Amino acid sequence: MVQAISRIWRSIKQRYNLEGVHCEVCKESFFPKRTICPNCRRKGKLVDAKMPHTGKIYSYSLVYSAPAGFEYEVPYFVAIIELDNKVKIFSQVVDSEVDKVKIGAKVKAVFRRVQAGKEEDVIAYGYKFTVV
Amino acid sequence: MKGKKVFVIGAGMSSFGEHWSSSLRELIVDAAVKAIADSKIEGKDLQAIYGGCMASGQLTGQEHIGALIADYLGINPLPSTRLEAACASGSVALRNGIMAIASGFYDVVAVGGVEKMTEVSTELASTALGGAGDEEWELFNGATFPALYALMARRHMLEYGTTEEQMAMVAVKNHANGAKNPFAQYQKEITLKQVMESAYVASPLKLFDCSPLSDGAAAVILASEEFAKKICEKPVEFIASSQASDTIALANRKSFTSLKATQVASKEAFTQSGLKAKDIDVAEVHDCFTIAELMAMEDIGFCEKGKSGKFIEAGETKIGGSIPVNTSGGLKACGHPVGATGVKQVVELTWQLRGDANGRQVKGAEIGLTHNVGGSGATSVIHILKKAF
Amino acid sequence: MNVGIVSYGYYVPRLRVKTADIAVAWNKEKDVGEALGVKEKAVGAWDEDSCTFAVEAARMAVQCSGINSQEIGAIYVGSESKPYAVKPSATIVAEAISATPTLTAADLEFACKAGTAAMQMCMGMAESGMIKYGLAIGSDTAQAQPGDALEFTAGGGAAAVLIAKDSGGKANLIATLNDTYSFTTDTPDFWRRQHAEFPSHAGRFTGEPAYFKHVIGAVKGIFEKTGSTPKDYDYVVFHQPNGKFPTRVAKMLGFSDASVKQGLITPFIGNTYSGSSMIGLASVLDVAKPGQKILMCSYGSGSGSDAFTLTVEKGIEKPGKRPSESVLDYINRNKEYTSYVGYIRNRNKIKHLE
Repeated sequence: MVQAISRIWRSIKQRYNLEGVHCEVCKESFFPKRTICPNCRRKGKLVDAKMPHTGKIYSYSLVYSAPAGFEYEVPYFVAIIELDNKVKIFSQVVDSEVDKVKIGAKVKAVFRRVQAGKEEDVIAYGYKFTVV
Repeated sequence: MKGKKVFVIGAGMSSFGEHWSSSLRELIVDAAVKAIADSKIEGKDLQAIYGGCMASGQLTGQEHIGALIADYLGINPLPSTRLEAACASGSVALRNGIMAIASGFYDVVAVGGVEKMTEVSTELASTALGGAGDEEWELFNGATFPALYALMARRHMLEYGTTEEQMAMVAVKNHANGAKNPFAQYQKEITLKQVMESAYVASPLKLFDCSPLSDGAAAVILASEEFAKKICEKPVEFIASSQASDTIALANRKSFTSLKATQVASKEAFTQSGLKAKDIDVAEVHDCFTIAELMAMEDIGFCEKGKSGKFIEAGETKIGGSIPVNTSGGLKACGHPVGATGVKQVVELTWQLRGDANGRQVKGAEIGLTHNVGGSGATSVIHILKKAF
Repeated sequence: MNVGIVSYGYYVPRLRVKTADIAVAWNKEKDVGEALGVKEKAVGAWDEDSCTFAVEAARMAVQCSGINSQEIGAIYVGSESKPYAVKPSATIVAEAISATPTLTAADLEFACKAGTAAMQMCMGMAESGMIKYGLAIGSDTAQAQPGDALEFTAGGGAAAVLIAKDSGGKANLIATLNDTYSFTTDTPDFWRRQHAEFPSHAGRFTGEPAYFKHVIGAVKGIFEKTGSTPKDYDYVVFHQPNGKFPTRVAKMLGFSDASVKQGLITPFIGNTYSGSSMIGLASVLDVAKPGQKILMCSYGSGSGSDAFTLTVEKGIEKPGKRPSESVLDYINRNKEYTSYVGYIRNRNKIKHLE
């Protein structure tokens, strides 16, 4: 799927470094970024915050039937990662032995191509996770 | 339910399946003409059209579905509007039709739902459907809808001991029902062994745990009490219409084993109708994946939290059980042309409550419930209908 | 010189392909790879490239350094397998280690010695006071045409070294870069033209007039410049296009086999091009003791060699200064075999219509 350059560019800090937001009022962190704290709304105060790069698998699936752009990569693991600060994020899980991808397995973020597109496209890099 | 009473006075649908020879506009016209004929009104009696459609732009290239429907039904210049809430598009179109009648703004409107999904590759269809979740943070990273529901299934299995066999039983039951529905995409029974031996799509979900890609349309005619009483012998009344929202991304939810939007919408619907879950005689629920039907049983309140596996195992949701679910075959066997599904659920219940569901009739059914979900649970819509004759 | 290494990092992809499997695919003798001293080679997964390797190596170096990455004033990525012909990998690395925006960054190309060229640039800039910290990275994927002899040795990997001026007492350094000497001529032994997909090479010509002439030229030059001899060095690291050349050139120069062994990584992961001698250096730094001396010499086709002399400093013994796992432990532990077909599919070498 061809991606607009601006949308890849404006999410670089989020995709490369897991930059989300933290609400200084309710102390909850959010990823991806939001502009309004869903707990505090106008009383909240959101500031940029890097999420921890480590966590554990909350749930996972091995995907055999892929959307456009991922057809040649099947099967691949996807998971919900619960980061060390309790924020949950969706990610692929790579470079991990099949029987080690389990709920509760410890993981860390790695840097990978997320969508490479075609020869004439910009490559979207970002986080994936690997079992440690 | 607040406002004036709202009735279904006509219902119709195209068959669901791979309609190689029918276009999107032909499908919705087919369903609408059947509903109009069933209601005994004439096209010129209609005051407005509400159409549910999720992804016609990506799936066929066509947007502006409201105008297309009015044009090809030959009833210009009637106001005609498309509504979208992913796989719950049909139900939100219904809600808009219901509110138009309940408010007294109109006396008779048509509500339709349509999707044409077989004109793109499976991968592109998967991408289009992926937009029902968080496109930037799920689909972009390789998510598919089976995968999102697989992530829920895995948690349900862990937290409540639900098994792949119990999920498979949902598919077996819904195929048994679909086998008796002449409009269903799969009119064929399947065995537990077949489901269990089918290939994984997104583990632990297998091919037969998943609803198919389908073409199809459904339509109903809604009318006020005055109008309905004049023309309709067997009206069916809407006694609840509720809708709730949740986070667009699955990851941002506290629990993966229930859909909060369904819990909230169900509670609201029971408040509106003054009924309880045990009062429901027949239900059409959103079984896009088998785990979704199990979770719906718990979230609506047909069974206790965590007990849906045992509930299907005990046969409670079969025709003849304590609460027959998905007599049409559900999304699994009847098919899931996404924009049409919410309307089709009401078409099926209209037939059930009128006693017209030949071969799959729930005896003595007087009250029915529909449950239609958008995305991985970011939208949930509940309707309760009552026999009104 | 008054500069040295603050920290280092490395990355080797998890997938391995056995050279015997490559031989089977092309109806060659099964021991072709072993004859070159390479039993298996590391190759990237479908979602990896020289830029993702570089980021992983850079992150490890920054983590071990304990510095604020905002203090990095220059990032140079040396590679001959850049994912973009035009668009720097160095900016991607800079963003991924949060070093932006106050720094200079560029990609370098000099076949397999672009990474050591990056080291020299960082040394000069740090010594002059132009920057506080400079990050030099060598990173490459296994670029080789299917069926070519190169395919038996071309592997993937990266290494990064963070370079700074000695800020007194050498406490901030794990090793001093005492001196450097380069030997450069125009010798076309290996090349890839602008739009060619795979590199070409001149067969046996890549040996004597190319690799050996330049490595020997640079090492003899640095001996002369520093007044040292092979016995002054505890470890020696050469560019390692295969498992044989480094030991042969070591012998020709008078180094013992033992001094070569710790830095010889190609037999396990293949020739990682720009990463090759730098991963070798990382492996030596994994075990070297304060006071020990290291000689390192790269080779890049085209051709040139950069020689460096290093002294290991006390700082290397501080907790956390070395990566948590040595290069050798990491490459032995973190590996998964893939078939030849799996490898060429992952490296996008199978043609298909989109």
